[in-house]
Amino acid sequence: METLLSILIGFMIIGALYALHARDLLSALIAQGIVGYGLVICFLNLRAPDLAIVQIVVETITLIVMVAVVLNSSREEVRESWNRNKVLNIMSSLLIIGILVYVFAIMIGPLQPFGEHTTRMSEFYTQNGAEATGSANLVTGVLFDFRGYDTLGEATILFTAALGVITILRSKSKKESTS
Amino acid sequence: MMVYIMCFILFMVGLYGVLTRRNLIKIVIGFSIMEFSCFLFLALIGYIENGLAPILKEGMKNPVYVDPLPQAMVLTAIVIGLATTAMLLAIAIRIYKKYGTFDIRKVNELKG
Repeated sequence: METLLSILIGFMIIGALYALHARDLLSALIAQGIVGYGLVICFLNLRAPDLAIVQIVVETITLIVMVAVVLNSSREEVRESWNRNKVLNIMSSLLIIGILVYVFAIMIGPLQPFGEHTTRMSEFYTQNGAEATGSANLVTGVLFDFRGYDTLGEATILFTAALGVITILRSKSKKESTS
Repeated sequence: MMVYIMCFILFMVGLYGVLTRRNLIKIVIGFSIMEFSCFLFLALIGYIENGLAPILKEGMKNPVYVDPLPQAMVLTAIVIGLATTAMLLAIAIRIYKKYGTFDIRKVNELKG
């Protein structure tokens, strides 16, 4: 399982690199679809069908919206120019990479190796989840019952994002259109 | 341990895109790649070898389920990721309408 997942993530990395370097923005978006749908296959292999379903829906919506944005504007990639203080940039990025790798190394230390996770908190959920929530699917049981306030916050964030999109994209305010 | 490192490399690729690309759409792509790697990392932590999907079924003796808690968290995070991506795209469209380009070097009227 670990090698299969590693190969899948390797494909996703290649797709991500191509998406960031493509000349045409449309092909960059399609290559980003490789990453998103590769993530769906990873979720299916990790025994998370709910996540796979939600990720398919979200990825498709994102792809359609992004393609609509790109087709309504320019498809060409902007030209890269040589940066003057290149040494400074390389030094600072090496510093950032070093810090991130160090933090990742100390963060990954106390984790169990892959596939040998011990459930501590969710022992209660798997034992009593069905009686307490009446849901056979434990993920939805946790999401809508034990952690219902999380879902309420998620709905609030969605509402706020919709408000923000409407506010930003409104072409003219009422004052301007009347005057 | 290998998958965790691959996941970290995917995160670094997204960060590289956000930091080096000059096109706003490419920056949004980099952001969503970073999001994807975080989702994948959380889902990887909860996996148990030969575990079952956390859907209960009658008549099974001592089933081993994968951890449902990270999956519920990631489910929330995916939807929030959609919201942030929509927000970023809206800002990108607005900048394109105002400046006629996705190039962030041309957008320099915000300089203090």
